[in-house]
Order: sequence, then structure tokens, then C-alpha cells
Amino acid sequence: MNWIANYVRPRINSIFSRREVPENLWTKCDECGTMLFHRELSDNLNVCTNCSHHMAITPRERFTALFDAGNFAEVTVPDPIADPLQFRDQKKYPDRMRAAQKSTGEKDAMLVALGEIGQTPIVAAAQDFSFMGGSMGMYVGNAIVKAAQEAVRLKRPLILFSAAGGARMQEGILSLMQMPRSTVAIQMLREANLPYIVVLTHPTTGGVTASYAMLGDVQIAEPNALICFAGPRVIEQTIREKLPEGFQRAEYLLEHGMLDRVTDRNDMRDELISITRMLMLLPPPVKGHLTGPEEAAPNAIEVAKAPAKADKQPAKK
Amino acid sequence: MTHYLDFEKPLAEIEGKAEELRAMARVSEEMDIEAEAAALDHKAAALLKDLYKKLSPWRKCQVARHPDRPHCSDYIDALFQEYTPLAGDRKFSEDEAVLGGLARFNDRPVMVIGHEKGNDTSSRIQRNFGMARPEGYRKAVRLMEMADRFGLPVITLVDTPGAYPGKGAEERGQSEAIARATETCLQIGVPLVSVIIGEGGSGGAVAFATANRVAMLEHSVYSVISPEGCASILWKNADKMREAAEALRLTAQDLLKLGVADRVIPEPLGGAHRDREATIASVSDCLTKMLGDLDGLKPKALIKDRRDKFLALGSKGLAA
Ligand SMILES: [Zn+2]
Repeated sequence: MNWIANYVRPRINSIFSRREVPENLWTKCDECGTMLFHRELSDNLNVCTNCSHHMAITPRERFTALFDAGNFAEVTVPDPIADPLQFRDQKKYPDRMRAAQKSTGEKDAMLVALGEIGQTPIVAAAQDFSFMGGSMGMYVGNAIVKAAQEAVRLKRPLILFSAAGGARMQEGILSLMQMPRSTVAIQMLREANLPYIVVLTHPTTGGVTASYAMLGDVQIAEPNALICFAGPRVIEQTIREKLPEGFQRAEYLLEHGMLDRVTDRNDMRDELISITRMLMLLPPPVKGHLTGPEEAAPNAIEVAKAPAKADKQPAKK
Repeated sequence: MTHYLDFEKPLAEIEGKAEELRAMARVSEEMDIEAEAAALDHKAAALLKDLYKKLSPWRKCQVARHPDRPHCSDYIDALFQEYTPLAGDRKFSEDEAVLGGLARFNDRPVMVIGHEKGNDTSSRIQRNFGMARPEGYRKAVRLMEMADRFGLPVITLVDTPGAYPGKGAEERGQSEAIARATETCLQIGVPLVSVIIGEGGSGGAVAFATANRVAMLEHSVYSVISPEGCASILWKNADKMREAAEALRLTAQDLLKLGVADRVIPEPLGGAHRDREATIASVSDCLTKMLGDLDGLKPKALIKDRRDKFLALGSKGLAA
């Protein structure tokens, strides 16, 4: 089996040591201006402790907080053709890709993983806004197709965290074709009667919103996330008027019937456990802190030879 | 009155001169200009041929947007019998940017759906320049589902700058409407064939063109973003649309290579608007062929055909 590239067991608060950020670093909240101690901010999942502003969080940070004891197995996404159109604007596309890969340490804008949340086996996919604006190209399409195939194969729900400025222009029409491609993936889940839950995070726009991000059985958004097809600036230019406060934000979409819920990032995990377990007809979740099979030593990242046992059987408790 | 594109300016001068000469000759009968006018005609024909021999991607965008280009309603009038428009999404309103209804194509009952841009100021406003609002996609979903229930093939004619960047369109969930339309395209068990007749603008086009077979007119374009939009984002300068059009690979010829288009329909020399009847006849032939390709396929096979096609897209780049 090649679907598990490596079995990662990061510990809670892995973010600092991995990035080797000095402990005394402070971050300024871009909403209220409060200076936030880095560790405190990270413990709060990058949500401002003063004003609850939700800042960006990388897929790895999110998965570490989401999965039981931070354990997850990354799923290998099939590589698409690199630079299919030989696209060049002011820079060459391969150069932009290399720069993004270097600054994020990721291959492309989506991470797919297997693991358990509240002892509920799931497949999760998360889009990485820090990688070229999370833009949807062939890799992201492949990631969604792979995630859906894994969900169907393992009979698990798929939880997808969206974040994107839209389609990846450097892949031209092939990025646009990820709208129908990802929709085929969602139809596979539907036919297998598996829940597909979308968590829309800031920002989710363009062709991403107009395809897989709006097709969830349950649609949840993080507070104040911008969710739209056409962005506010484009609309203001078209209609030549100022848009009202909060237009196209999560709460606005909730009011207009486009979402089921708006949920704080710190409550998201419990809510996802609850919803997936109900839709999978599983008994209520066990409350409290769940440790992994063995608590990992701090700072340890292991690459296991075999896939995790825990991933192979659905938890029944 | 012919509408000339900027790159056709030299052509406009020659054709204008020939016309002027003939007008003068009609006034004063003793003038013999025919030889001179014929020479100009000849010159114009040569120039037209030269200009259209290898149109740049940006010029193709201009031709695709040409105001005199045949639009959806022209095709419906010419190619379909008993066209019976069906209106409304049953949720909020009718969207006049999207035409749709029952009709016969070669005697066979079909559902025809397409974007209509309009052909003068008032009809353009009425049609919102071919930019659908959520109701347009929802109407299309309703008609596609009806076609599915009664076993009618669906023919879509795509010609839109894109979805409408308006306040109400966002308020009423155009993202969801586009996503559902694409999804419906993928799950109906009847043949779905599509022709890009002018502009295939991003999500607004995908919502109708997620089809078993997609044909493009020779000078039509299909793109993730308009060249102007792409230029303003990647070049930070909307005037770089020529470069953006080049980079985006949005021409029918490139899309055929990438497998996004299955067929390219030749246009008359100088573009579809120079011989509308010939263009419409070519589209008719192509539709007949595409529907013929799908004859006898059962609903499940049609759905599988569509899904396999889109899943496989991207496996070949332009270099291959
Ligand atoms: Zn704050």
C-alpha cells in the first residue's frame, strides 16, 4: 500500500519547535491590535484571545489539533503534470511553485490525512491558504478525488476544510476543470452514503466556493470567514456602490440560508465528532481528553514502517 | 453596417472605400468604378485571409465577443422547431440571461439551454449581457432534471462572460447555484452535449458545459478567468490582456489538445458573423454528430462517460 507516506505523531503545540520560533515572540492581532504571546495564540488555535479573531492556521497545525492525540497519517496525493500550460506571467509558474514550496514546506495547497477524531475514523482534507492563496489546481483536484476514494474504500466520512482565493490561474482551463472533477469526487461519497462535511474558513472564494465547498451534507463556517464567488472588490467595481458591513461573511451567509452553522474554531472538533458520529449511526462520543496508543515524547516525529493499526478499524465503544 | 474590430481597421478602410465608390457610382451614372471597386474587393479579401490566418489568442477573444456574432437565440430560431421556452427557477424569479425550453432538433424532442447576450442596448440590458444570476443556473437545473425524467437529450449553448458579480447574485447564493448546476450536469442519465459558441467564461460556463461532448467554434474561447482579469491580478495591469490571453491557453485549438474540447467547428473566413447561416449550419452538423456518438447509451453509461471524461482531464498537458 502506498497511501500512507509517513505516519506522523506530532505532539500538541508542535508548531513552535518545528518552526523554531523563539519563545518570546509576539504576534499582533490584525483585527484588534492586541499583542499576543505566540504560545498562547497557538494554544488557542490561532484565535485571538482578546477579540476572537480567527487567524490563518496551516493544515498541519489544524490536523494536529483535530485528530486524537495529534495522530494522523498523511495520504499521498498523485502528482499531476507539472506546469501543463508552460505558463508564464511576470514569473514562470515553476518558479512560483518552488517559492511556495520553500516557504510552506508543503508540496501544494492541500493536505489529506487519515485518523480518528473522538475515536471516530475519518478522512480529512485541508486547503492551505499560505500556499499560493490556497488556489485550486490539478493537485488540489487530485487531493479531493484521492480523499473521496479513500473515504469510500475505508467507509469513512470526509471532512474538508476549505480556504482559497479561487482557481489557480497558472493552470488555466485545467484549474477550471477541477470544478467538475471535484464534484465527481463528492458524488462518489454520496453514492456510498458517506457524510461529506465542509468547514469553510477564511477566505473561501471563486471556483472553490462554486464547487466542492458548497456541496457538503453539512456546511459549517468559521466566524467572520469571507465566503463568496465574486469578491467584494469586484462587486463594488461593478455596481459602483459600497457594500454593507459583514457582506459575504459567514454570519451573513448563515442568515441567507447558505450555511448550517457558524462555529468557533475551538468548538469545531467536538462539533465535528458529534455530527460525524450521528451520521455514521455510532454511539455518543466518549468525553474528555483522549490519549493516543502511547504518548509521544515531546518533539518526536516518527516515520512508521506500517500503517497505524488504529486507522484500520472503526472505533466501537 | 459592419462592426470592425480594432485589428480590422485596415480592412475597414479598404471595404469602406469600395463601398464609397459604389455609392458614388449610383449617384452619377457616367462614372465607371467597377474595375477599381473590384480591385479593392480583391485586396480586402486577401487582407481578411491574412488577418484571420493565425489569429492571436487576444484577437480570438475579440472575435468571440463580436457584437454581430450569432447568439443563442439565433441558433435556437434556425436549428430548433417548436421551441417552447420554459421560464423560472420556481424559487425566486426568471433569469432572462438564460434561455431554455423544449424543442425539436432533427424532429427529436430535446431540452435546449443557453446563455443569451442580446444584440442591442435594450436586449443586452434585458439579458444582463449573458451573465446569469443564481436563478439562471437553478432554472437550468430544473430543466435538466425534467429532461432526465422524460429521457430528452440536453443541448447547451454556452456564451457568457461569466457569472454576474452583483450584490443580489451573491446574496442568493450563486456559488451554490453554480455548484448544483455542475453537479446536475454530471448526474443526469440523458445525453448532454454542449457547444461554446462565443465566450466560455469560468464558472458560469462550467455550470452548463460539464457535458459528454463539448465542441467549440473555431474562434470561441473558454477560460478560468477573462484575460483582463488575469492581467490585472498577475501583471497588476489590465492592459496586459494580450499577454494574459496568450498564457491562459484559452483558444479552441489549445483546448482540443488538452482534451477539454472534443471538436472544433470551423468558422467562415473572418469569423462567424461574416456568414451567420454557414456557421449555424456547421453547428447543426456538429450537434447531430455529437448526439449520434451517444446514441444507444444507457443512462448509467452516459453518467459514467461524463465522469470518466472529467476525472481523466489534465492527464495530458500541451507539451505532450
Ligand atoms: Zn484580536
